[in-house]
Amino acid sequence: MVKVEGLDKLLAEHPFFDGMNEDMRKTLSGCARNERFGPGEFVAHEGDPADRFYFVRAGAIALEFHVPGCNPIVLETLHGGEVFGWSWLVPPYAWTYDIRVLELTRLISLDGACLRKKLNKDHELGFELYSRFVPVMAKRLSSARLQLSDMYGRPCKKGE
Amino acid sequence: MVKSTKPVPDSMTPAPFRVTARRQDLADTFTIELEAADSPRGFAFRPGQFNMLYHFGVGEVPISISGDAGAGKLIHTIRDVGAVTHGLSTLKKGDMVGVRGPFGSAWPVDAAEGSDVVIVAGGIGLAPLRPAIQHVLDNRDRYGRFVILYGARSPKDVLYLPELQSWRGRLDTYVDVTVDHAESGWAGNVGVVTKLIERANFDATHAVAMLCGPEIMMRFTVAELTARGMDRGDIHVSMERNMKCAVGHCGHCQFGPKFVCKDGPVFPYGEIEALLKARGV
Repeated sequence: MVKVEGLDKLLAEHPFFDGMNEDMRKTLSGCARNERFGPGEFVAHEGDPADRFYFVRAGAIALEFHVPGCNPIVLETLHGGEVFGWSWLVPPYAWTYDIRVLELTRLISLDGACLRKKLNKDHELGFELYSRFVPVMAKRLSSARLQLSDMYGRPCKKGE
Repeated sequence: MVKSTKPVPDSMTPAPFRVTARRQDLADTFTIELEAADSPRGFAFRPGQFNMLYHFGVGEVPISISGDAGAGKLIHTIRDVGAVTHGLSTLKKGDMVGVRGPFGSAWPVDAAEGSDVVIVAGGIGLAPLRPAIQHVLDNRDRYGRFVILYGARSPKDVLYLPELQSWRGRLDTYVDVTVDHAESGWAGNVGVVTKLIERANFDATHAVAMLCGPEIMMRFTVAELTARGMDRGDIHVSMERNMKCAVGHCGHCQFGPKFVCKDGPVFPYGEIEALLKARGV
C-alpha cells in the first residue's frame, strides 16, 4: 500500500503544486491515490461519475469524443506535468469525454467527493485550488478556440 | 522595328526552368524540382528566400524555396489554392516554368550560430523553413540544441513526414509534431503547436526562433516563447502577402511602412509586432 507521505512527495513533484503551502498539500494528499494504466485502457468514459481528477506524472493520454458510427475524435493529448478532469467541480459531476491511455501512464488521482467536503470546510484551500485550476482551464479553452479556428485551412482572401 | 537599348533587369525577366521531378506531398500540396534550361549548374539562394514562378499563359506567384541551399537543386513545395498554383500543379517532368529570383530576406542561420535554434512551423509553413533546417543539420556542430516543432491540421496534412521522421531519428535534434484533430488511430500529439513549446528543452535566453505558419499561430507562438523568457529580437517570422513585382515597386505587398517582398519575407518579430496587431494592415 502506498503511504500518504509518499503521495505528498509525488504531489510536490508535480508542476501543478509548485509553491503550494505544505500543509495544504498534505491535506490534499489525504484524498490522493497513485495509479498506473497501460496502453489502450480507459481512465474514464463519457457519462461516468466524475469522482476523481488526475495529475499525469508520466506517459500520455488522449481526451476523446465518441462519435456514433465513426471512429472517436481525439480532442487533445496530455503528457507528464499536466492535469485533467474538472467535472468533479461542476454538477452533475460526470465525465464529458473519454480518457484513453496511449502509453504506459502513471497518474496521481484525487478523490473529488472527499475533496469537495474538505473544500466546503476550508475555503482557503478551496481558493488555492481554484486559483490553480482556473489558469489551466483558461489555457485549455484558448487552445480549443485556436484549434476551432482551422488556422491551417485555406487562407482567407481579403474581405472574406 | 527599333530595338530598345535599355538592358532588361534580370529581376524582372523570368528565366526558363525545366521541371525535373514532381511529387505529390498531400492532397493539395506538391513539390517540383527545377533546373535552369540554359545553365543547369544549380541555383544560389539563402534559406528563407522566395522566387516568382511564372506558369506561362496563366500568371505568376511568389513561392518560397524549400530545398537545401547547399544541394544545388531548386525545389518548391506549392499548395494548390488558386489559378496559377493549380496550373503549376499540372506540370509534369520536362515541362517549362518561368523563374524570377531569388528575392527577399533570409533566416538568420549565420547569426544563430552558437545558440539553440527553435523552429516552429504550421501547415505548409514548414516548406520555407526546410532550407534553414537543412542548413543547421548540415552544420550541426555550430549550433546548440536544435528543436523542430510542427503543427498540422490532421495526420493526413503532415508535410514532409518521412523527413520529420528522419530528423527525429537523429540523436542531436528534438522533433515534436502535433495535429489539431485526429481519429483514435493516430499515435501522436493532438493539440495546438504552442503546447509543444512547454515540453521542448532549450535555453530561451540563448536561443533563436524561426517561425512560419498562419499569422494567428505565429502570434500565439511568440506569446509562448516570450513567456518562456525569449527576447522578441531573437524571434524571426516569415510573412506572406500578395507579392507581385517582388522588388518593392508595385506596392501590392505593402505591410505598413514595409514591403514584404523587399524587406521580408523574414522579419525580426520586434520590427513588425505592432503591424501584426493592427487591424486592417
